[in-house]
Amino acid sequence: MPAHADRRAIARRAHLWLALFLAISCIASLAAGASGASIWSALRNIATGTPVAATDAIVLWEIRLPRTVMGLIVGAALAVSGAVLQGLFRNPLADPGIVGVSAGASLGAIAAIIFASALPVAIQAQVGTFLVPLAAFLGSWVSVVLLYSVATHRGRTSVATMLLAGIALTALTMALSGIMIYAADDQQLRSLTFWQMGSLGGATWPKLAIAGPLIAVALALAFTLGRALNALALGEATAMHLGIPLQRAKNLAVVTVAAATGAAVAVSGGIGFIGIVIPHLLRLATGPDHGPLLINSALLGGALLIWADVVARLIIAPAELPIGIVTAVMGAPVFLWILLRSRGVLDL
Amino acid sequence: MHRQTITRTPRATPLRALLAATLSLGLFGTAAQSGESTSADVLSIGGSVTEIVYALDQEHRLVARDTTSTYPPEATTLPDVGYMRALSAEGVLSVAPNLVLSEEGAGPPETIDVLNAAGIAIVTVPDRYDAEGIGLKIRKVGAALGVADKADRLASRIETDLNEAARKSDARADADRKRVLFVLSTEGGSILASGTGTAAHAIIGLAGGKNAVTGFEGYKRMTDEAVTTAAPDVILVMDREGNHAITAESLSTLPAIRPTPAGRNGAVIRMNGLYLLGFGPRTAKAVADLSTALYGS
Repeated sequence: MPAHADRRAIARRAHLWLALFLAISCIASLAAGASGASIWSALRNIATGTPVAATDAIVLWEIRLPRTVMGLIVGAALAVSGAVLQGLFRNPLADPGIVGVSAGASLGAIAAIIFASALPVAIQAQVGTFLVPLAAFLGSWVSVVLLYSVATHRGRTSVATMLLAGIALTALTMALSGIMIYAADDQQLRSLTFWQMGSLGGATWPKLAIAGPLIAVALALAFTLGRALNALALGEATAMHLGIPLQRAKNLAVVTVAAATGAAVAVSGGIGFIGIVIPHLLRLATGPDHGPLLINSALLGGALLIWADVVARLIIAPAELPIGIVTAVMGAPVFLWILLRSRGVLDL
Repeated sequence: MHRQTITRTPRATPLRALLAATLSLGLFGTAAQSGESTSADVLSIGGSVTEIVYALDQEHRLVARDTTSTYPPEATTLPDVGYMRALSAEGVLSVAPNLVLSEEGAGPPETIDVLNAAGIAIVTVPDRYDAEGIGLKIRKVGAALGVADKADRLASRIETDLNEAARKSDARADADRKRVLFVLSTEGGSILASGTGTAAHAIIGLAGGKNAVTGFEGYKRMTDEAVTTAAPDVILVMDREGNHAITAESLSTLPAIRPTPAGRNGAVIRMNGLYLLGFGPRTAKAVADLSTALYGS
């Protein structure tokens, strides 16, 4: 199997190249923005001990750096979640939306946006900018737990049931959202629309301090799933015979996806496309082995979302485009083109 | 609401000192509040706020505007920082304002926090649909721009005009009031109309009309039968450019409208959206125009 070994080597080498690409993306994201603040002159100032201009310090430290970190972790979370779910469901269409995470998060966010004004002022002041992310995270968890308990019978989880129940649950969640949207006023509708199109503009250090560790732990756990997902590609029965603790792998997959995607959607809103496309791109380029695929997904997902954010904040500056629009408008045609070029290769 | 987020850095001390310095500068040094200034350093957010800045002849102070600021037409040549509820922190900082004049509800809060930290003064004006509310808006904008006297004169004039209009409207017997249905859109043939608590509801009342729909708050889709039951005498729509404009014919032929008095008489009034609903310096004139359109002069 020399060809197979080659591919594995290529996938491993890709780690390095993708890590380099990610580093370049981070630097570009720190350097680019609507204002004139320059990372280079700030670094020079720090090196020579001269103080950095106050506005530049705020732009670099309070705006660009948190956005870059947010893009990195959200992109990685969405891409890895997509790769895990596509492996778990043995379905190329699987993305975080399919286990109800996105719809549940969306329902939570809508409820928070609409009922926020009904909360006592004291509580509003306490939770502040955390209300919507918190509600979105809760919503995503409630829907995943519900779905998982529907699909699990006598300690065994049926992925087929989970897939179908996920569709039903998403429909129900959307209907509930619809009821609240009907009750919303114009301004709440606008807030909602913007939330659903996603943005990294709300990145703050306190939010990152909560979402960051959560996503990091979830991804680290997800990286251990490579062998189990590889075995699952041969079918559940075969995987079982190979000695894979299937139920444990399923539990771990669902929990890590819910934590990573839930946290990502909570802080950035609805960002589509990354979760479904990145793993496919990498499978086409470096093969289906889940071990390197999961790590590469994290690297490429983070890098591409950072680039999407750079475009989002520059293209109509001083205004800003919702990042979900950028990922779809730029990503979808590229993905179609790659599919056309490599027809027949994708046989997951 | 404001969180001191800078403290997470190991290099917190010099940064924090800098921040404190800018903050105090921001508090005491807003030239905007201490007298008339000539340098351009004001970001105006909200259509009515921008109109007020122009009405006070302070347009030379503006560096940028938001998407809703479309009147007067000159305003559209200013850089646009986006929709007022989805402002980008760096976008706003890039136009380097010292003062942000804003209608209520500018956001998101994360952006406002950053602007506060950058020492930019933010003056929020209330959004109310009555004469007093407009007066308050104008006075607040005037005070922030250092032209309080001029603003006071403008506000008083508009309040007088509007109170006069309100007095005339109140004097009209309920039976004489025309029932007005404000239609926001007729997308897909179903009617999105204004209930109570909206700018449209308020302006109809000021012009001596009566909102035909009072069963709900805000703008909602109505079933055809409910529209027919509301029996409007007049349909009021916004005049927009291009294909968005609702034509009188297309309205009168809708099954919901046809059987109503407005449908039978083809009574459709069209007015510019910001002019009609902006509740700014032009509102007294808009009320007069609407009143004339309803009852003749």
